[in-house]
Amino acid sequence: MTRPDPALLRMPDPREANRVVPPTGIAAWLTVFVSAAMAFLAVFALALLFATSRLAERWSDELARTATIRISAPSEQMAAQVAATLRVLDQTPGIAASRALDDAEQRKLLEPWFGPDLPIDTLPVPRLIEIVEDPEGFDAESLRLRLRAEAPGAILDDHTRWRRPLIAAAGRLRTLGWLALALIAGSLAAMVTLAASASLAANAKVIDVLRLIGARDSFVARAFTRRFTLRAMAGAAAGTLVGMIAVALVPRSAGSTAFLTDLAFRGAEWLAPLAIPLLAGFTAFWTTRIAALRRLRETR
Amino acid sequence: MSRAGPGHVVIALSDVSYSYGDRPLIAGLDLSLAQGSFHFLTGPSGSGKTTLLKLCYMELLPTHGAVSVFGTDAATLDRDGVARARQRIGIVHQDCQFIDHLTVSENVAMPLSVAGRDPERERENLAELLAWVGLSGHADARPPQLSGGERQRAALARAVIMSPDVILADEPTGNVDWEMSERLLMLLVQLHKMGKTILIATHDLALIRQAKGHLQARVLRLREGRLQSAGSDL
Repeated sequence: MTRPDPALLRMPDPREANRVVPPTGIAAWLTVFVSAAMAFLAVFALALLFATSRLAERWSDELARTATIRISAPSEQMAAQVAATLRVLDQTPGIAASRALDDAEQRKLLEPWFGPDLPIDTLPVPRLIEIVEDPEGFDAESLRLRLRAEAPGAILDDHTRWRRPLIAAAGRLRTLGWLALALIAGSLAAMVTLAASASLAANAKVIDVLRLIGARDSFVARAFTRRFTLRAMAGAAAGTLVGMIAVALVPRSAGSTAFLTDLAFRGAEWLAPLAIPLLAGFTAFWTTRIAALRRLRETR
Repeated sequence: MSRAGPGHVVIALSDVSYSYGDRPLIAGLDLSLAQGSFHFLTGPSGSGKTTLLKLCYMELLPTHGAVSVFGTDAATLDRDGVARARQRIGIVHQDCQFIDHLTVSENVAMPLSVAGRDPERERENLAELLAWVGLSGHADARPPQLSGGERQRAALARAVIMSPDVILADEPTGNVDWEMSERLLMLLVQLHKMGKTILIATHDLALIRQAKGHLQARVLRLREGRLQSAGSDL
């Protein structure tokens, strides 16, 4: 009997153990689709994380470096107390600059409430002094003590009261971003587990054949983990790419304070989403491996 | 796990019982398969032939008694140990059991792959083996495209590609015509002459009679959960 040409024989490749798993099936498409969708959402969650971090940092920096002194005094003492306050500020370490707001600036501050024609010079409106700190900052408590002695009508407002809730809000948004990422990873793990379990059930015969011919659990598990890891990575890569394009297309605002329009990556931040396909592959690898080994323990 | 030599017992069942739930199928059964022996296992349908084979290749563990495979109690083997032992046992399953989306050559060579051997270095052997079982022209076919006899021969080729010490065949001629039965029998006789230990479960008495002209085979009859020796004549 003639024998076939050995060179033409199709041989199993030990490096491609995943070939023993049929390449089609609903589980395959489910894994690719879910990985792509989760990666797309993860890109936005990452952008949210970066945006909230920038926002918290900006609020923290800008607000921490400015302060205001409000002087309430009888009109005949007002000029003296302003001068005394500015003198104290000049001598206080940690203050880079200070200046009293003029009538026009004060009128502009009050304009939203009283309109443009407020006769500010005839009203007992407190004078405001703006302080800009240097990077080291100043000691607010000792400044208050000195002001109490030299300008009793001067009240220091270092913005702490309203800066804290803003920074806390930014921190909570950041926590929400992390939570969203954790939920996305958890959902991906759950969906891959479901898909892998479905595939393991659908391919029970393949598993039985492999065990029958002496395959170890590690060989069988590798066949499934490799298949699902590659699918999850491919889906996540596509989802990440689309997500990055979508983030790049979010309209930008000229102002630096807008939050929603600051949902973007900047500079090296663009590298962060590239980790998503790797993390998706890592998640798929372990969830599939655990599901496969659990399934294999049901057979001998 | 010891290597088998001529006359050495490769598989031994001692006082083995097996029950499916409350229904005992095998009771207090003893069996020794010596290296190089040829056994037929016969008996009516449902008598436990397949169960006995499954006990031999450790798919089942006895509910009582001990199964020793290559000198090791099967109950003490972990899953990797069972896998290693199966690499020394060629199994021809009743319904062949292939991976249907792979080609015949890939299926036949798969035991090499799962054992960590490089199938690329076995191309010559695989070609010889496919020619020996008469499947030269079907190397690239998928198993569902094969006839019953071709599937049985492909299963036999897969069972022997690792040059196992033992071959266990469950109704290998169950779905083939007489001519093909004879051909399969001749392949098994050749393997026996190479020193392989062979146990064939079959209810095909004509096959056993046919074998008589070619070798000394021991015939065991399984009845009511116990083995009866039918001698070498049938």
